Amino acid sequence: METIKLTIDSKEVEVAKGTTILRAASEHGIEIPILCYFSIDGMDIENKPAGCRVCVVEVEGRRNLVPACATDCESGMVIHTHSMRVLHARRTVVGLILSDHPAECLVCQKAGNCELQTLAERLGIRRVYYQGEQSTYRKDMSPSIVRDVDKCVMCRRCEMMCNDLQSVGALSAAYRGFSSVVTPAFQMDLEKSSCTYCGQCVTVCPTGALTENDHTGKVIRLLSDPTKTVVVQTAPAVRVALGEEFGMELGTSVTGKMVAALRRLGFNAVFDTDFAADLTIMEEGTELLARLDKFLKGDKSVKLPILTSCCPGWVNFFEMYFPDLLDVPSTSKSPQQMFGAIAKTYYADKIGVKREDMVVVSIMPCLAKKYEAQRDEFKVDGNPDVDIVLSTRELAALIKQSNIDFKSLPDEDFDKPLGESTGAGVIFGVTGGVIEAATRTAYEKFTGKTLEKVEFDAIRGLKGTRSAEVDFNGTKIKIGIAHGLSNARKLLEEVRCGKSQFHAIEVMACPGGCIGGGGQPYSHRNHIEILRKRAAALYKEDTGKKLRKSHENPYIKKLYEEFLGEPGGKKAHELLHTKYFDKSKKEIVVPDPKK
Amino acid sequence: MTNYKMHLLVCGGTGCKASQADEILGNLRQILEEKGLKNEVQAIFTGCFGFCEKGPIVKVLPDNTFYVEVTPDDAREIVEEHIIKGYKIERLLYQDPVTKEHIADSKHMGFYLKQHRLALRNCGFIDPENIYEYIARDGYDALGKCLTELSRDEVIARIKESGLRGRGGGGFSTGLKWEITKNVPGDQKYVVCNADEGDPGAFMDRSILEGDPHCVIEAMAISGYAIGANKGLVYIRAEYPLAVERLKIALEQARKYGLLGKDILGTGFDFDIEVHLGAGAFVCGEETGLIRSMEGFRGEPILKPPFPSASGYLSKPTCVNNVETFANIPYIINHDLKMFTSIGTEKSRGTKVFALAGQINNVGLIEVPMGITLREVIFGIGGGIKNEKKIKAVQTGGPSGGCLTEKHLDTPIDFDSLLEVGSMMGSGGMIVMDEDSCAVCMAKFYLEFTVEESCGKCSPCRIGNKRLHEMLEEISQGKGTMETLEKLRNLSNVIRDTSLCGLGQTSPNPVLSTLDNFWDEYVEHVVDKKCRSGQCKDLLEYFIVEEKCVGCTACKRACPTNAIIGEVKSAHAIKQELCIKCGACIEKCKKFNAIITR
Amino acid sequence: MAKIVLSNDKIEKIKAICKSFHNEKGEVISVLHKVQGTFGYLPAEIQDIVAKEMNLSLAHIYGIVTFYSFFTMTPKGEFPISICTGTACYVRGAEKVLEEFKKQLNIGVGETTPDGKFSIDCLRCVGVCGLAPIVYVGQKAYGKLTPEGVKDVLAEYR
Repeated sequence: METIKLTIDSKEVEVAKGTTILRAASEHGIEIPILCYFSIDGMDIENKPAGCRVCVVEVEGRRNLVPACATDCESGMVIHTHSMRVLHARRTVVGLILSDHPAECLVCQKAGNCELQTLAERLGIRRVYYQGEQSTYRKDMSPSIVRDVDKCVMCRRCEMMCNDLQSVGALSAAYRGFSSVVTPAFQMDLEKSSCTYCGQCVTVCPTGALTENDHTGKVIRLLSDPTKTVVVQTAPAVRVALGEEFGMELGTSVTGKMVAALRRLGFNAVFDTDFAADLTIMEEGTELLARLDKFLKGDKSVKLPILTSCCPGWVNFFEMYFPDLLDVPSTSKSPQQMFGAIAKTYYADKIGVKREDMVVVSIMPCLAKKYEAQRDEFKVDGNPDVDIVLSTRELAALIKQSNIDFKSLPDEDFDKPLGESTGAGVIFGVTGGVIEAATRTAYEKFTGKTLEKVEFDAIRGLKGTRSAEVDFNGTKIKIGIAHGLSNARKLLEEVRCGKSQFHAIEVMACPGGCIGGGGQPYSHRNHIEILRKRAAALYKEDTGKKLRKSHENPYIKKLYEEFLGEPGGKKAHELLHTKYFDKSKKEIVVPDPKK
Repeated sequence: MTNYKMHLLVCGGTGCKASQADEILGNLRQILEEKGLKNEVQAIFTGCFGFCEKGPIVKVLPDNTFYVEVTPDDAREIVEEHIIKGYKIERLLYQDPVTKEHIADSKHMGFYLKQHRLALRNCGFIDPENIYEYIARDGYDALGKCLTELSRDEVIARIKESGLRGRGGGGFSTGLKWEITKNVPGDQKYVVCNADEGDPGAFMDRSILEGDPHCVIEAMAISGYAIGANKGLVYIRAEYPLAVERLKIALEQARKYGLLGKDILGTGFDFDIEVHLGAGAFVCGEETGLIRSMEGFRGEPILKPPFPSASGYLSKPTCVNNVETFANIPYIINHDLKMFTSIGTEKSRGTKVFALAGQINNVGLIEVPMGITLREVIFGIGGGIKNEKKIKAVQTGGPSGGCLTEKHLDTPIDFDSLLEVGSMMGSGGMIVMDEDSCAVCMAKFYLEFTVEESCGKCSPCRIGNKRLHEMLEEISQGKGTMETLEKLRNLSNVIRDTSLCGLGQTSPNPVLSTLDNFWDEYVEHVVDKKCRSGQCKDLLEYFIVEEKCVGCTACKRACPTNAIIGEVKSAHAIKQELCIKCGACIEKCKKFNAIITR
Repeated sequence: MAKIVLSNDKIEKIKAICKSFHNEKGEVISVLHKVQGTFGYLPAEIQDIVAKEMNLSLAHIYGIVTFYSFFTMTPKGEFPISICTGTACYVRGAEKVLEEFKKQLNIGVGETTPDGKFSIDCLRCVGVCGLAPIVYVGQKAYGKLTPEGVKDVLAEYR
């Protein structure tokens, strides 16, 4: 590796050629502040418009200050990151940004998590020196995401995520100069745009311009309503990230404390979405095997590869962009919706509560789940199977509001019967996990043999698209995996033109799968390591489970025996399967520009 | 041009066309036909003569008679008197503003006396829509010479040696730029002609493309040969439909004659040119913004380095030069180097085209040797200030440049001298302002432009310029303080230091240079709340001249705030604290003119 | 904004324009130029078709249309009035001329009169500084226009 020598803040340093000043400084203990710059290393995710100018530094011999994030080191450079000229310029620039930003930090949803707030504090800005007109926009509320563009600082991170990582293209910069803004076309509501609610824009937004639609208030109200039986389910990825909100070490699994906290919040029963994940495997696995069986018997009409359908952002995506392929994905509902359907039928009957008195709350690492829960096909006479969805972040806020000292809570167990799960259900939270879980079950059902080694290392990892081949007793099953919707798009394009080599494809909309979901704690910005640690924690939880194959879950077996009948049977179909809609032809609704 | 005895050259530039040049040419042709002179006298459109102030212009060859401010009705007289009888029409000749003498030959006019037309060498001499006329004036000789006699390195060496610097504003050595682009490895490279002339008040690129499109095409092909590109792109403003049309005609002709396309002149060199239309964004004049725009994106500039020479259009090595720079190339190749290097100053060789505009007698397009002084340009060529007023400022370099004042009049015009005195060459706009202009308003006007044209990508330019404009607005409204002036300078410096692209980095220049040159005037605005030029309406005081007031009460009744006091038939007065400066009273007092502003 | 229903005929025309540029993403600005040249403006419905044909997101097209001042999403008047506000025109009183047009027509910049007859737009320097201040009505130029002359210009079209 070729290296070069240069001087940063009077310190001689040696870095690899092609290193930016920002990185070189950071490698040597100098943290230059940033605002627009964003990257997840190892995932090819980088936002580098060099637009905010917060990271400017002085390079001797250059006429102007240069942005450290986007300027490569050169041999012999002499750099000053905190000269008076730099500090003055940096403070002025941040001051300018503040002058076009509402000063409502005390009540902002992003308070405490706002990068601009942190920056202003770090630079010791005590007064907004330049004042003038502020840009104002209509607030845009969608079921999942709230856009408050007054708080936008034009860092363009959301635009990059929406276009480059997700290829969704709901957001773009529009207009120019002081009027420039990142927006859906015609400044229409997100709900009318091609947004999939993946929430990646929210994950990266440095300010309160993009946040989740907060439903904690609703939950508090329902928990205090004595006529309601409120049950809660928690998705697998939540337990390995929630601790971060309480300052716990990254990658700590807090399942037991989370259950304890939920119980203290007043939920009547604390259940696990992992249970529903096992159920999903039963249904999706059965579907896969049925299609495979037909295919191997020479039926050309059968749709292969089968696509997983657990991820609601992904479902929105293919409904929008691949309406011609609506019969390809599995018809199985997502675990969240399977849980809701079972909770409000089987479980409600069991405890003798009427559907309308039962409230199902989900804790999800995801914002698209908020939208999913309110889709019409998941309602019975207007009553949704899942009533309210909270993100991991919202749960943390709820716990804090309720004076619970999270870290000192004891570990407690989920309630029965919908709280029992296998290791297969746990790994749903990481990219490749669903298909690995499905393979564990499908292998045994297909071959009739016991699978000794349940870990499929070829499936694991954080590469954007992966493939693996599994030997089902002589039949080679080809599996594709994608996370990030632009990666999914590539695999889907192949399916569309009939060139896909796979029998099954798993897609997760978010980088890393649900562990990197739009509802997760903000801490994984800029650090792929955090995603790795969350993933490792999930795999560890899987290893620690007695049962690791979904079909071995005794409560699942019981559920089929007592209530559902056969996997893929009539009742299962009624409750656990869904259908998809063509959403490509949305009507363009141009809002009145005068509000 | 040999078959005809006489030629009538009608200026076909946008300016003259906007003043009925089409009708003039039509009438001339019709009358020539009527008189049976069709085969003896040719009437054609030619490129801009530059003297736009006096347009439309008709030139008669071979006697070089230069008619100004011609109307369609004059066509008959020109044919009947001048062509047939040989009498010059005195009233259509240019009259020297000082001697009041009528001058027939343009060579003797003050406007042309000190000019040295090199980039504009063909403008006003040839029919831009006829490739033969270009060829007749050594057109495409330079390309032929390069392809057959000179190696690529020799071409570059020659351009380097000439000392030609980019005429688009930056002043970077053209030869060096070519060399760098040539030396970057890559099999696909591009030559780009920047014709997105966006500086308000600058129109030289337009005039060159309208008057001599082939010279740009030829130069681009030479550049392509030198750097190893076989594709050229012209990015041209959509506001210039005539230039686009003429360029397209010229491209078609060049292709037809094998001067573009495959195997040019049998040398095995392939080169062709595509035209891209701009869509109204000043920032696309910045080369990276221009490239983004050609690629089909919002024209937001990107950080340099990497420079386009390393990674430009479609991430390939790209050499971007502006129109005027290209227009110099064939001349440099065709002539002895000394012919070029003897013009101008040591560090700024050759000539520069300026668009002279504003409160000056001779608005127009001029080309002068570098090193000439502002005084010679404004008072010699430009004929001085309109209405015999005093000069207040000259703005060069457009919104990126600065204001120069009387004390700078003897500054030589070259890249470095202008920078030294706080302005810049820019692309060559030169706007003259007289004593009635207000320095604050001047700065405000340019800031308004920058605020509107900022792409919005970087915060100092997006928000900072807005704040500058707001502060100037405050000052103009009498709400400014000395602190405002300090903030103005402070913020200007930071914007200059931190903005992403050239537009942002230079946008505070009009503020800084007016602060430097007209500090007293700023102070007057914020301390005395006075605007000496009267341009800042809010700083005006309305005042009734006692002697003139007859006490008719008309103004009193018109005043919406009851600010006027006084009895019938006795002199009125205005209570300043109530006056909102709406001007309603003045309207009513037209008969007596007793109300004035001061 | 009123909903616009495009006839099949028009849709085909837009598609043909996109095709003439081989539906190449890089040519989107050229395409928009041509489409606006054909239809006079670029309402949402037209942008939608261009987006689909060019395989670009609608937000991307909107981002471009709003970036470049040459593109417009509102129809121009039958007689579009364009006032050059370049520096040369500014120093020679373009602002007062503009004010007079606004006053006479009772509309602002970028607006169209209710009868659809006139619209006012500001142009960046058109480089006809010799005739400053200059105003165009459609293709016709009016040089050295004064506020007093505005009435006469409008009278030609009324």
